Amino acid sequence: MRKIGFLLSVCVLVTCWLPSASAEFAIEITQGVDNPTRIAISPMTLGGRALPEDISKIVSADLDRSGLFSSISRQNMLSFPARENDVYLRDWRVLGAEYLVVGDVTDQGGSYKVTFSLMEMAGGRKLFTKAVDGKAAQLRDIAHHISDQVYETITGIPGAFSTRIAYVSAIPKNGKMSFRLMVSDADGARERLLLASDEPIMSPAWSPDAKELVYVSFETGRPAIFRQNLATAAREQLTNFRGLNGAPSWSPDGRKLALVLSKDGNPELYTFDLITRKFTRLTTHFAIDTEPNWMPDGKSLVFTSDRGGAPQIYKLTIASGQVERLTFTGSYNARPRLAPDGRTLVMVHRDKGDFHIASQDLVTGDLRVLTQTYLDESPTVAPNGAMLIYATKQGSKGVLAAVSLDAGVKFLLPATVGDVREPAWSPK
Amino acid sequence: MKNQLLKYGALVTVVMALLSGCSSTGTETDTAGAGTSVPSSQVSTGSVSTEGVTATTLGTDTAVPRVFYFEFDRAVLNAESTAALRLHAEWLHANPVNVRLEGHADERGTREYNMALGERRANAVRDFLISEGVNGNLLEVISYGEESPASLDSNETAWALNRRVEMK
Repeated sequence: MRKIGFLLSVCVLVTCWLPSASAEFAIEITQGVDNPTRIAISPMTLGGRALPEDISKIVSADLDRSGLFSSISRQNMLSFPARENDVYLRDWRVLGAEYLVVGDVTDQGGSYKVTFSLMEMAGGRKLFTKAVDGKAAQLRDIAHHISDQVYETITGIPGAFSTRIAYVSAIPKNGKMSFRLMVSDADGARERLLLASDEPIMSPAWSPDAKELVYVSFETGRPAIFRQNLATAAREQLTNFRGLNGAPSWSPDGRKLALVLSKDGNPELYTFDLITRKFTRLTTHFAIDTEPNWMPDGKSLVFTSDRGGAPQIYKLTIASGQVERLTFTGSYNARPRLAPDGRTLVMVHRDKGDFHIASQDLVTGDLRVLTQTYLDESPTVAPNGAMLIYATKQGSKGVLAAVSLDAGVKFLLPATVGDVREPAWSPK
Repeated sequence: MKNQLLKYGALVTVVMALLSGCSSTGTETDTAGAGTSVPSSQVSTGSVSTEGVTATTLGTDTAVPRVFYFEFDRAVLNAESTAALRLHAEWLHANPVNVRLEGHADERGTREYNMALGERRANAVRDFLISEGVNGNLLEVISYGEESPASLDSNETAWALNRRVEMK
């Protein structure tokens, strides 16, 4: 007879770094802008010696992945200047480069200092020179910082290359799924295992300071909401009610969670005050109310409800309890997430039977379908509002994909093993 | 129907005999997995599994279904399900054991909405059993949403198999 009870194999890891070679997503850009900006990133070395991480390669890949840039291959470069004074403009103009980044690295006894400059080739002028330093383990952070500076100076939009993504991966194990909660850099590198379990893990969401995650784990035999600090791995079970304990969303001020409980009969939205430990019920309706997400002002929530007969997105003003329907196009709109501007709503939208990611302008009401992949879900917007990552299917395998909010740039982030799902982009 | 009920009743006797022979079934969540640092659940499960027993005693010919299927985004029991649930209710009325009702959804639609949908389906089974005289305190509802599919394929056949409630 089957032993009842739940044989748990859950482990919490904080210092377990997987080998970076297997961890990186192979980025496959499927659509970019028509005339991407041509940019060259001159190799950055320690006086000709290679660094443990190839900074210029990481910067090139970051900028290429934005879809707005096309980086010039190193093998085509005619010279490898490290400083502004070493640059021969014609070496770069002949390659069609519109911008050039050069960087000089110095060893400061245990840490590296990178002094980097961005130059505009048409006028031959320098746009900035900046410096950044860090230890060998931070070379990827240094590279992403350079990418952010370059991207913001040229596009006027802050970069989001220094951010991270949390996601869930499901790997078949002895005929059952085994689940992992992971965090990686936004480019898929430095993948880190936070929690492994033989029971489902779902709905990861970031704290506003990007130091903690909340998520749902079934490790106790039923769904419960947990909170976990990324640096210390300190972990706490926050809910343990009969029925659903799900869809946690952290308030912008960091003090509360919005979440879903069905302890009183059917799914309702609640807030949980992390300081007073008090639950406050927000909705009272016999329909399904779920998937809350805070508006940036922290005064209202958007959520999914089938109170109109099918899942649609509604807005709840917390102080007044007033509920207003937001979506009217399509028979299924669910799991709303707000872009940082508080005006652009992204969601899962069913269009002629297929599930895609759509955005809606909350001022004009215009809805736009952004993706054409298969069974798209879980959209999460970058903190700079330029892109969103979502989960989709390639065959029967779950993968992550990205699309710009203007739908002009699309790329896939295929996983090496298992199903990857439920991405959550860090707020910083 | 009457004949079927009698058959089921006879099998129930066998099931009961087997159950009484293994009444020491654990009812607490086991958190003793390797390398865990998991807080133990504060809620006692109070559930006893009859799985395995029924598989060997009911047999394929007379097995009363323990899995109930649903339409997309719906939680309405079909005639086949209600017929089977009446038999289960009859038995449970006479033999009150704890039952776990696990609700599931197919992969289409969003994950947390599907959690709610799985629960709504399991509640439909629970409510039907209660309406047939089963003590509601014996019935525990757990939704797995789309997280624990019966079929990992991505097509209509798989989705139909995955929109289900399992009685355990």
